[in-house]
Amino acid sequence: MGVSAPPIQPSPPDILKESGQREVFCGLTSIVWLHRRMPDAFFLVVGSRTCAHLIQSAAGVMIFAEPRFGTAILGERDLAGLADANEELDRLVKDLLERRPEIRTLFLVGSCPSEVIKLDLAKAAERLNTQLLGRVRVLNYSGSGIETTFTQGEDNALLAMLPLLPSSDEEQLLIVGTLADAVEDRFRLIFERLGITTVRSLPPRRSTDLPPVGKGTRVLLAQPFLSATARALQHRGATLLSAPYPFGVEGSRDWMAAAATAFGVPTERFNAVLDPLVERGRRALEPHRQVLAGKRLFLLPDSQMEIPLARFLSRECGMELVEVGTPYLDRQLMAADLALLPPATQLSEGQDVDLQLERVRAARPDLVLCGLGLANPLEAEGIATKWSIELVFSPIHGCDQAGELAELFARPLRRRALLQLS
Amino acid sequence: MELTLWTYEGPPHVGAMRIATSMEGVHYVLHAPQGDTYADLLFTMIERRGLRPPVTYTTFQARDLGGDTAELVQRSIRQAVERFQPEALLVGESCTAELIQDQPGALAGGMNLGVPMVNLELPAYSKKENWGAAETFYQLVRTLLKAQLPAPGTPKPSPSRWRDEGRRPRVNLLGPSLLGFRCRDDVLEITRLLAEHGIDVAVVAPLGSRPADLERIPTADANVCLYPEVAGPVCSWLERSFGTPVVRTVPIGIGATAAFLRELHGVLDLALPADLQSLEGQPSEAERRSRLPWYSRSVDSTYLTGKRVFIFADATHAIAAARIASKELGFQVVGLGSYSREQAREVRAAAAELGLEALITDDYLVVEKAMGEAAAELVLGTQMERHSAKRLGLPCAVISAPLHVQDVPARYSPQMGWEGANVIFDSWVHPLMMGLEEHLIGMFRHDFEFVDGHRSHLGDGAPAAAGTGEPEAAGTAAAGPAADPVPAPGTTTAADAVREALESLWTADGEAELAKIPFFVRGKVRKNTEAFARERGLARIDAEALYDAKAHFSR
Repeated sequence: MGVSAPPIQPSPPDILKESGQREVFCGLTSIVWLHRRMPDAFFLVVGSRTCAHLIQSAAGVMIFAEPRFGTAILGERDLAGLADANEELDRLVKDLLERRPEIRTLFLVGSCPSEVIKLDLAKAAERLNTQLLGRVRVLNYSGSGIETTFTQGEDNALLAMLPLLPSSDEEQLLIVGTLADAVEDRFRLIFERLGITTVRSLPPRRSTDLPPVGKGTRVLLAQPFLSATARALQHRGATLLSAPYPFGVEGSRDWMAAAATAFGVPTERFNAVLDPLVERGRRALEPHRQVLAGKRLFLLPDSQMEIPLARFLSRECGMELVEVGTPYLDRQLMAADLALLPPATQLSEGQDVDLQLERVRAARPDLVLCGLGLANPLEAEGIATKWSIELVFSPIHGCDQAGELAELFARPLRRRALLQLS
Repeated sequence: MELTLWTYEGPPHVGAMRIATSMEGVHYVLHAPQGDTYADLLFTMIERRGLRPPVTYTTFQARDLGGDTAELVQRSIRQAVERFQPEALLVGESCTAELIQDQPGALAGGMNLGVPMVNLELPAYSKKENWGAAETFYQLVRTLLKAQLPAPGTPKPSPSRWRDEGRRPRVNLLGPSLLGFRCRDDVLEITRLLAEHGIDVAVVAPLGSRPADLERIPTADANVCLYPEVAGPVCSWLERSFGTPVVRTVPIGIGATAAFLRELHGVLDLALPADLQSLEGQPSEAERRSRLPWYSRSVDSTYLTGKRVFIFADATHAIAAARIASKELGFQVVGLGSYSREQAREVRAAAAELGLEALITDDYLVVEKAMGEAAAELVLGTQMERHSAKRLGLPCAVISAPLHVQDVPARYSPQMGWEGANVIFDSWVHPLMMGLEEHLIGMFRHDFEFVDGHRSHLGDGAPAAAGTGEPEAAGTAAAGPAADPVPAPGTTTAADAVREALESLWTADGEAELAKIPFFVRGKVRKNTEAFARERGLARIDAEALYDAKAHFSR
């Protein structure tokens, strides 16, 4: 194997496009991991009781007595007059910041209702920035269901941070997309061994510790749902490296290879660093591959990670792909992963959940990747499932996590084999 | 505008979903943007329901707003009726759809669907979940009973007509629903209790009923309002329109169960059994049927005397808990409150009886503050209070929705009736006993058995030796390694030596890597890695060795 990334092949043939009922979260959900990534930031949703209820339900359990996110719930009075709504928002932000003086960045997050009533959060952010003058930075973005699905919320949040990024043409590798801190540390260490020393991350661990961007910036996307951010970085002069996403041994290796090529790392050095990791990753993968090989997998659209996961599960775990659903298809960002899918893989974009579930029932797959609303109903029909939301919370990136990632999919099957209930 | 971090109640359309999902043969078409389908997981995850909620969402997006969202609503309704063939249809909208004013109910009304249809108008910006559930249940019952409404001036049916008709008396149990607290088991317990008193159950609704069952509601002699949050309005309407009397005592606790039975016998004109009459010296039905009265009198319960209890829940469970705590367990209620604004009056009255001012709020931080200020020793609350209590290091039992998956137990565990009282005794007293253990741990924490990483079940928030009379133990704990207790002589063993040798193998970066692993698996990873290192004869354990071991043990 050389350093070069795999050649991009023409896109696969047929894509089933559906536009019916969608069973996906909205972009507000991404606050659940973004607030953990940047502990000095607060996410204030401007929305309804539904928004507040959604985030707390998606977060699953109320882990934090006082979380770093909240909802400014619009009342009837706010709907009656936008002037009032703006005053109310200012008052509420002031109260919030008095209680949480450690907050350095405040994200005002737009929701379906705030967008429908055309509450201008950009203007509100501008106004608050003047009022707060340097104490706290106020940014705004939309996480609304009418504009975003699930993981797209992170794309919009990062996009909102971009204007604050200083300009610099310094040579650097910029990893874009939230990673678990431990995984990020590993990546940095491995890049250092490759001789790539200037590695920065977006989002950063501290919301004020923003990386610069410019002509010397090479962007490596750690997550497949950052279309708008990737494009905006390119407008700032950065080069977007095309690679599969770092799921599994192969994906992680190719992802790092894309960086290595861009930074002129000699092949021998790359192989010397990566080969032991690849070998060890494969060893970790093996017991799970034995469970997964030959099993049929149906991926329902949810987190936008479906295509890279399908690539990993088919190529490295030997699973057979029945259907690979994705909420929307960004061909440029998915090019490398699409090229590695088996030919004639059935892709679907969008959703009509009742029709899609009929296809699931007809195909009787061994495993379905789906959201929490569908998992137990499918299990009750005798179909094993894996919750997709776990994949955005668990450290699954990199060669060292390939075994864990495969294990997440093998566990439901292994569990079924263990249970003897009749 | 109101800042909310966690909410006790969802929006009113989630209340409507609770009614639709509790029933069979009902379908709910909800005009709502993409994302609102999250509400499905409340039922499939918290209640572990094996069926999707019977809800079709229009899931409109921004691009639909430019076009004809009304057409989208009609298409969704048509497809839902064709696909699910409901016996009754609910049509409504969530907060965002309310703003775009498509009026889905009116649209459905003009569609000739051939099924009873209820147009739900649930104001999302002023009302909440329980109100939405009550309104939906009321509107549905009203729609289905329209044809049976007695003409004005019709005399009220006699509640003792069962006698003239030569049958047993029968009542409806109204209000149990999904995401309510222990409704499934309460229905079973009350049905059994009634059967023992010769009373039949005509209809249980909404839980487990079909639209056709709701049409049988007027055949009962009385309505039992089991959960006023959901069934209050419908019971009042049935009383006004059909003249059906309502039994309003909620049978949670010994006193309330007895009062409930007395009220029921009175309403139905049934003779009161001797053991329900409050006669001095005679064994009561409560003594015969529940263990709570004896358990509470038994000698080991003396330590419960005057325990300071803080209560916050929905109105029904809060009021019941206050009565049980003060009268049946001998606790001292030091705080009582509820998030149910609709029933605030009743909660205030119950608090006044105990010489307290009720806390009516939906801000959990206010509740947490009050809990701390009341210096409570036991918290009875919702899952929000469970978290607050954990933070304050207080024992807690959950007595009300909102709930967590662990509050939907596999075992039979009603709150109502005689068995409910047993369940309550156990589930409130056990956390207190755990609290006592906490004190013991505090007292014995300098004993060598306890120093080796004992973790409290309350987590890091556990109070250090509070109230045990231990002299200033907390003062030395913060002083660092110098203040570590001297190991008792003879405790250094060969095993300790091996342990130390292994621990010294860890390099700084190995330790740093290990520290990143969540604490609850860190011990296991450490052990595995050390076993791996010993097996391979490694001279040091660095980050690489840790990952090598991780790969080795990956299965």
